[in-house]
Amino acid sequence: MSRPEGVQLMEGNHACAWGAIDAGARFYAGYPITPSSEIAEVCAHELPAYGGTYIQMEDEIGSIAAIIGASLSGRKSFTATSGPGFSLMQENLGVGIYQEVPCVIVNIQRVGPATGLATQPAQADVMQARWGTHGDHPIIALSPASVQEMYYLTIRAFNLSERFRIPVIILGDQVIGQTYENIILPDPASLDLVERKKPLVPPEDFLPYQPDENLVPPMAAYGDKHIVHASSTCHCETGYSNFKYGTNRQLLTRLKDKIYNYTDEIIEVEHFGPDDAEVTLISYGASSRVCKYVVGEAEKEGIRVNLLRLLTIWPFPDQEVREALGKTGAVVVAEMNQGQLIGEVNRVNASNTPVHLASGIDGELIRPEIIMTSIREAVK
Amino acid sequence: MAVKLSYREYFKEDALPLMWCSGCGNGILLRAITDSLADLQIPPHQVVVSTGIGCWGKADDYMKTHAFHGSHGRALAFGTGIKLGNPDLHVIALMGDGDALAIGGNHFIHSARRNIDITAVVSNNFNYGMTGGQYSPTTPLSSKTTTSPIGVAEPAFDVCGLSEQCGANYVARTTAYHVTQMKRMITAAIQKKGFSVVEVLNTCPTHFGRRNIAGDPVSVMQYLKDITVNKSRYEKMDEEEKAKYLVTGELVNKDRPDFLSVYRELNPAASETGRGESK
Ligand SMILES: Cc1ncc(C[n+]2csc(CCOP(=O)(O)OP(=O)(O)O)c2C)c(N)n1
Ligand code: SF4
Repeated sequence: MSRPEGVQLMEGNHACAWGAIDAGARFYAGYPITPSSEIAEVCAHELPAYGGTYIQMEDEIGSIAAIIGASLSGRKSFTATSGPGFSLMQENLGVGIYQEVPCVIVNIQRVGPATGLATQPAQADVMQARWGTHGDHPIIALSPASVQEMYYLTIRAFNLSERFRIPVIILGDQVIGQTYENIILPDPASLDLVERKKPLVPPEDFLPYQPDENLVPPMAAYGDKHIVHASSTCHCETGYSNFKYGTNRQLLTRLKDKIYNYTDEIIEVEHFGPDDAEVTLISYGASSRVCKYVVGEAEKEGIRVNLLRLLTIWPFPDQEVREALGKTGAVVVAEMNQGQLIGEVNRVNASNTPVHLASGIDGELIRPEIIMTSIREAVK
Repeated sequence: MAVKLSYREYFKEDALPLMWCSGCGNGILLRAITDSLADLQIPPHQVVVSTGIGCWGKADDYMKTHAFHGSHGRALAFGTGIKLGNPDLHVIALMGDGDALAIGGNHFIHSARRNIDITAVVSNNFNYGMTGGQYSPTTPLSSKTTTSPIGVAEPAFDVCGLSEQCGANYVARTTAYHVTQMKRMITAAIQKKGFSVVEVLNTCPTHFGRRNIAGDPVSVMQYLKDITVNKSRYEKMDEEEKAKYLVTGELVNKDRPDFLSVYRELNPAASETGRGESK
C-alpha cells in the first residue's frame, strides 16, 4: 500500500493513521485491541517508508510510555487503543501532561466497563478522558463524526499537541473507526502543520520548563545540546525536582492556564439545522450523525430541532453550550452512555433550560427512536 | 585535542548533599556511572538517563545529562521510545529491584527479548527502600521486612539468570563493595549494542540491613562480600556450595543483533532516512 490518492473508500481507522502520517507522526507504539487495531496495522506497514518506526509494546502502559519517550527525542508520536488499554494508559497519561509532552492518544471507544462488548460502539470514556489520570490537570479531547473528519481531527490533534505541549486524545468510537466512507486525502504539502517551538537561547542559558509568553516552554529534544530534564516529580523551571512551598501551585496554575486562557484556539463546534428551534440537540461523534437525521424526522412531526455538534469535547465548550441553552426551549443531549457530557451541559446551564438525555447503551449506534422519544418528552 | 571530560561533566555537584541515607550504596553507583561516561568520553548531551521511582530512581536529580524521570516500573518502556526516537543516544535505565522486576518486570523481560539497545543498571538492595523496607521480588527467602515480619515466603528472582534467559546481550553482577569491577562492567555495558544489564547488589542499611544483618553500613557492606563469589571460583564449586552464593562477574557477553538493527534490515527504507525526516 502506498498513500491513497483521490477519492477513496476508506475506513475511519485508516483515515486516522493517514492523518497522523500526514501530520508528521514518525513513531507509533501500541498494543492491539479491537476496534482500533487497523491504526496499528497501517502504521506498521507505512511508517518505515517515511523513515519512521513502529513498535508493538508488551502492553498499553509501555505503549504510552514509549510514545512519550520518542516525543521527547524529537519525533511526533502516537498510539491507539480502546477502553481496557485506555484504562492502562492513565498513569502515564498524567506523566505526559505533567512533563508537557506533545503526543496523540486515539481511543476508539467500545462498550465497557471491563471487556464489555468488545466490538460494539460506545461513548462512555468521556469522563475518563477528562479525569482518568490522578491529580489536577488539563486535557484536550476531540471527537470526530466521519471518516473525513477522523483524518482532519487527527492532524488537528497533532497540531494542538505541538502548540500547547500536551497529550491530545482522539475520542473516536467503533462506528467512526470502522465505517467505510468516501474520503479525499489532500496534498500533504497543502496542510498547515504546527511544530513545537525550539529554544532560542544558547544551551547554557536554557531552562527546559521556562515558559514563553504563551505559558508554553520552548522544547529541546534529547540529543540536543540544550539539556532536557523531564520529571514526573514536582519541578521548577530547571526541570529538576523542587519541593519548595509555592512551586506546585505555580506549576499547576500554569499547566491549567496555558490551555484555559487559549480555549478559542482549541474549541470547535458545528451548528446544524434552523437557527431558532424548540429543541436543541447537543451531541458528538457517531451519535451526532444520528442527530442530523433526527432533525429531519422531527420536522416531519412539526418539531423544530437543531443540533450543536461538539468537535472539541475537552476543554468543554462552555460558552457555545451556554449560548445554545439560552436560545432554545429545551436541550436533548444524545450520547452513547448513561449520561456523561450531560453533566457538563447542566454545569453551564445559566438559563435553567430543561435538559433531557437520549442514552444509547445497547451496544449499537444510538437509534433515532431513542433521540425522538427524548425530543417528544422535551416538547410535551 | 578536545578537553577531556571528567565525571563532573555528568554529576550535578551543586545538588549535594545526596538525599540518600548515610551508608546507602547509591552514591557509589552514581560515581561509577559518571566515571564510566567520562572514561568513554561520551558528551553529556548524547546521554539520557531514564530513572524509575524509588531511592535509586532519584539518581537523575544528580545528573547533568539529559534525563527522564517517569513512573514506577516504566523506565525501560520510556527508554525504548527515547532510544527509537533518536537511535544515536546512549540510554541508561536506572532502576531499583522492585522497579525493574516487580511492577516493571514485564518491560524488563521484553526489553531483553527484544534486545533494545539500552543499558540497565539495577540496584538490588533486596527490598523496597523508598517505601519503608517492604519485601521485593529479590528479597532472599525467609528474610524479614516490614511486610514479612516472620520471614518472606517467596523465593527471590535471579536477576542475571532471568536477563540471560530472556536474551540480553550483556549480563553482569557486582556489588557496591566491588567498585572497580562495577565501573568496568558499566563501561562495557554502555558500549555493548543491545540490551545490557548490570545488577549491583546494594546496601540498604536503613531497612534490609537493620532487619536482617545490622543497622551499620560496614556490616551491610561486609554482607555483600560474604554472600558473593566471583565467577572463576563459583564455577569450581559443587551444586550444594553454589547454592550458598550469588555469583559475580561478567555472565553473558554476546552480540545478538539489537532490535533496531533487525528492524532496519527488514525495513530498508527506515534506515535511509534515519531519524524520521519525512520523505
Ligand atoms: C504505581 C506505583 N505503585 C507504588 C508506588 C510506590 N513506590 C514508590 S518507590 C517503590 C518501591 C521502590 O523500591 P525499589 O524499586 O526496590 O527501589 P529502592 O527504593 O529500593 O531503590 C514503591 C512501591 C508508586 N510510586 N507507583
Ligand atoms: S532507604 Fe535504603 S535504599 Fe533508600 S536511601 Fe536509605 S539506605 Fe538507600
